[in-house]
Amino acid sequence: MVHKVNSGHPGGSLGCTEFFVALYNEVMDLKDGFDMDGIGEDLFFLSNGHISPVFYSVLARRGYFPIEELNTFRLIDSRLQGHPTTHEGLPGVRVASGSLGQGMSVAIGAALAKKLNGDDHLVFSLHGDGELQEGQNWEAIMYAAGNKVDNLISTVDRNGQQIDGATEDVLPMGDVADKFRVFGWDVLEIENGNDLEQVVAGLKEAKSRTGKGKPVCIVMTTEMGNGVDFMMHTHAWHGKAPSDEQLATALEQNPETLGDY
Amino acid sequence: MTKYTDQGKQDTRSGYGEGMTELGRTNPNVVALCADLVGSLKIDTFIAENPERFFQVGIAEANMMGMSAGLTIGGKIPFASTFANFATGRVYDQIRQSIAYSDKNVKICASHAGLTLGEDGATHQILEDIGLMKMLPGMTVINPCDFNQTKAATIAIAEHHGPVYLRFGRPKVANFTPVDQKFEIGKALMLNEGTDVTIIATGHLVWQALLAAESLENQGISAEVINIHTIKPLDDKAILDSVKKTGCVVTAEEHNYLGGLGESVARVLATHHPTPQEFVATQDTFGESGTPEQLMEKYGLNNKAIEEAVLKVLKRK
Repeated sequence: MVHKVNSGHPGGSLGCTEFFVALYNEVMDLKDGFDMDGIGEDLFFLSNGHISPVFYSVLARRGYFPIEELNTFRLIDSRLQGHPTTHEGLPGVRVASGSLGQGMSVAIGAALAKKLNGDDHLVFSLHGDGELQEGQNWEAIMYAAGNKVDNLISTVDRNGQQIDGATEDVLPMGDVADKFRVFGWDVLEIENGNDLEQVVAGLKEAKSRTGKGKPVCIVMTTEMGNGVDFMMHTHAWHGKAPSDEQLATALEQNPETLGDY
Repeated sequence: MTKYTDQGKQDTRSGYGEGMTELGRTNPNVVALCADLVGSLKIDTFIAENPERFFQVGIAEANMMGMSAGLTIGGKIPFASTFANFATGRVYDQIRQSIAYSDKNVKICASHAGLTLGEDGATHQILEDIGLMKMLPGMTVINPCDFNQTKAATIAIAEHHGPVYLRFGRPKVANFTPVDQKFEIGKALMLNEGTDVTIIATGHLVWQALLAAESLENQGISAEVINIHTIKPLDDKAILDSVKKTGCVVTAEEHNYLGGLGESVARVLATHHPTPQEFVATQDTFGESGTPEQLMEKYGLNNKAIEEAVLKVLKRK
């Protein structure tokens, strides 16, 4: 997808592939079809909208829209905008994201609506670690704990990278899990977020901790660009498309890939 | 000229509070959010009667806007309220992405708009909010003129699907619109028919426009007065019908002349019927501390300023 239009964000997408596959296939309780209100099913909000390639890929394979439509990613007149949006009516997306730091607030609102509606389903959200530098997150983190929003599971993709370099060089973040803990969240960690079994187990453990008076946070360590050797251990592939040769190399390293949709 | 009687001075924010009280009793999907300004927004009764439908977010307006967007998912109709400055400029990107671009049914309700919050000064006054909000695609922008109209507008926007910016104020001002007047979004109200000049006013300036029209009548000048409570979508037809008759127009608003009602009216006129226009508005400036009356006098936002603008525009016909 990213190669085809020569733009997009492959690094974070590859790092979160296992998370999305686990969430949409093993963890969330989803209805057939899509309606905006999502009453009677679990909801997911992607806050770090730039990893739209993996979001779209998993949504399509879960049946929200045709897999062939992935070919329109970032092209004119497409429902698959560079960053996810409700504006073009793409099923599976409930809020626009891309301008960072806003998703947790939206997820909290949706979780509160579920409580008001007597709907005991859960709300999931995903956030980049660099994204936590946006102050709105900490307003939301404080609110969710202070108001016992315990039907919310927010996962932080701790890949340690952002556009300008390693998070520790751009703005040292300290211990992310501890930060959530002292704000009053129930925190668990997934040590290897690129191990599908670990991710499934971690998400299921998180589900078991909901409804107990605290919002649940998963700090999930991942490798940006996972599965493609030249994209790993660097921030360089945050928002850059591979060349023809690089794509061929990457696909060789991932023989199970269904092709470049 | 049509006579309007002040039924007793009241603040428009209390109109919002009463509207919320009624919505709390009639529409179970309405929820309220506030950022540590419950007393100023006059929503105590709504909260007392519907505690489970009120969310105190603390001093965290960005989170409030995002939470409001999220609450719509599941069918709630969030009314997010705080001071106009903190409801717009402070959280513009949150409104833009999570609410407007995402087409969320959020009502952003902003008190203390304009200069007339008075003594707190320019940090808490905002004269740019109409411009900011009307530029967002899909956003409806409403600035009612008195207590009764603010209450009616509050109730009306709950029935409208889509994001709305409702702007009102702190000072006690004349309450002169009929208590039972139906509020129609986007429909201008003809307050006084005239033949020499059209005065198009919004918010607190509507009463000032009526005072000006009365004084002008004594000078033999017949002023038509239109209450534009909805700045977007603008009632183009009401404006054009009037200026085709009078041939000149004065716009009046408690806002910067850049980006406000006046510019919206000028666009309609320039496109369909070029007409001399004068702007009663602040002149690209910040406000300052003072009483509401002192500020309206100093910044040229009262009946006298409207009269002067009328005399000026009449010479340009």
